[in-house]
Amino acid sequence: MLDVVGHLLPFSLYEGLVFGFVAIGVYLTFRVLGFPDLTVDGSFALGGAVAAVLIVKDVNPFLATLAALGAGLCAGLATSLLNTKLRIPALLAGILVMVALYSINLRIMGGANVGLLREVTIFTLTSQFLGLETRIAYQLVVAGVLAIVVFFILNWFLRTEIGLAVRATGDNEQMVRGFGVNTDMTTILGVSISNGLVALGGAVVAQGQKFADVGMGIGMIVMGLAAVIIGEALFRPKGVARLLLAVLGGTFIYRLVISVALRLGMAPGDLKLITAVLVIIALAVPYLQKKVQREWLPPATRW
Amino acid sequence: MSENNSLLRLRKITKVFSKGTIDEVRALNKINLDVNAEDYIAIIGSNGAGKTTLLNIIAGVFPPENGGKIIVNNQEISGLSEYRRAHYVGRVYQDPHVGTAAKMSIEENMSMALLRGRPRGLRVASNKQRRELFRAALAPLGLGLENRLNTLVGTLSGGQRQALALVMTTLSKPALLLLDEHVATLDPRTAQIVLDLTEMLVEREKMTTIMVTHNMELALRHGNRLIMMHKGRIVVDMNQEQKADLAINDLVVAFERASGEEFVDDSVLLRPGNVVGISDL
Repeated sequence: MLDVVGHLLPFSLYEGLVFGFVAIGVYLTFRVLGFPDLTVDGSFALGGAVAAVLIVKDVNPFLATLAALGAGLCAGLATSLLNTKLRIPALLAGILVMVALYSINLRIMGGANVGLLREVTIFTLTSQFLGLETRIAYQLVVAGVLAIVVFFILNWFLRTEIGLAVRATGDNEQMVRGFGVNTDMTTILGVSISNGLVALGGAVVAQGQKFADVGMGIGMIVMGLAAVIIGEALFRPKGVARLLLAVLGGTFIYRLVISVALRLGMAPGDLKLITAVLVIIALAVPYLQKKVQREWLPPATRW
Repeated sequence: MSENNSLLRLRKITKVFSKGTIDEVRALNKINLDVNAEDYIAIIGSNGAGKTTLLNIIAGVFPPENGGKIIVNNQEISGLSEYRRAHYVGRVYQDPHVGTAAKMSIEENMSMALLRGRPRGLRVASNKQRRELFRAALAPLGLGLENRLNTLVGTLSGGQRQALALVMTTLSKPALLLLDEHVATLDPRTAQIVLDLTEMLVEREKMTTIMVTHNMELALRHGNRLIMMHKGRIVVDMNQEQKADLAINDLVVAFERASGEEFVDDSVLLRPGNVVGISDL
């Protein structure tokens, strides 16, 4: 039993950190920008595909990971340009790019998946460099360092003058424009950064599991939402830094619950159904509470 | 159209909505207007007179029809989009929710406002010096907001938010201040506070101001110039001396003479002291 706990906790911590990049990306679009971006499923796989293909071509894995982040930025750029310059609704723009990315990812990989079994990844490099033998140890080091870097950069960026303008765009676009902010630009910036993070997550996950797969992004958006909702509900964060930590915490708890459920015999195939139900419950409860208390309720948004 | 010292010049401003349909509305009809520096103009008019459309045109929410010109400080800004005009034009809206961001703190809202029309960079948005500035700007309100910089704006009352919106809009001293029925949704006491604050700020900063209102009394008491609009045109334009001894009834007579119409149907406009106006387009 102890052994199980000793294995599950660090493993979930690792997963919480790497999938945390996805959750922070989802948080940036859905919560900060108010831009329901569904590109995520595609950009996650894009990150994995780009990193894997470059690594197979003997590119330095850190460079490959950085390239994956850049590819994600481009995917976000595409979605936000469709929305701001061609006025395609955010939801549809995201779906269009997500679908397009499926084909693009197949092209990049030249097939449905790329194996990384004997390749040099950021994990193998780190384990050699630090002399760490235990898999979970170097996994945690890599994920932890990346998460700390991302945390500090975002915590700083969201409090800069430009970062503030990005946040305010999601809060009150009309006001922000009145104060001289080009809200098209802030939207483009926010959505691009979000997808860059998601792709970074994809690149790290692919190297961790030693393969990239065209379907690896399926359900990422829902997982990200679940993590954000859990983080917000459990930690009720105030302020940028705590919000980011809460999202990471939410992802950790989500992965932990999933790991435990799998350990208890849940079929892996049921995972996405259960996640979806979880998100539905989390979204429905506040509404039903208000309904019971006979509070005024706005009509459903259709985005 | 010679060069003159007017801060804002409008030339042949026309705006047609739903062009080419049976709903076509000529909201503004060849408006010419010269606003001098430090003018404080009150614009009144019934619903659909074009008051808010005029403000929207000046602020750049939408462009005027071809041929219309908007000139600020001898620079034509007709082609600039809304966010590029922020440098010249600051606006307080009727709805306090429009002028402030609910999910951000007072400090963050003011940091946004401070950089109106200036390039935004990668410096952290608020620092000690700026916080002092914000406190000094909020203190005259007498609402205690200066001690609550970290409070989320969404938790403030409508009156507090509108007062904050006014301070935010004037913080960076735009060349032109547009007030769009900015006290219409406030209760009489709060409305008075915000109006006094407006008076004080306009006086102190010598800001050129255009205030749209439904309230004749307000229009008579505030400002040095009074403009009345009707069906997309300016029908009355009075200076300080002309409006000095005016009563509300005189305004009604002036309107009837200028527009050539009986002034009977417009109960909103006729009722003196009516602070809560009906929102118009």
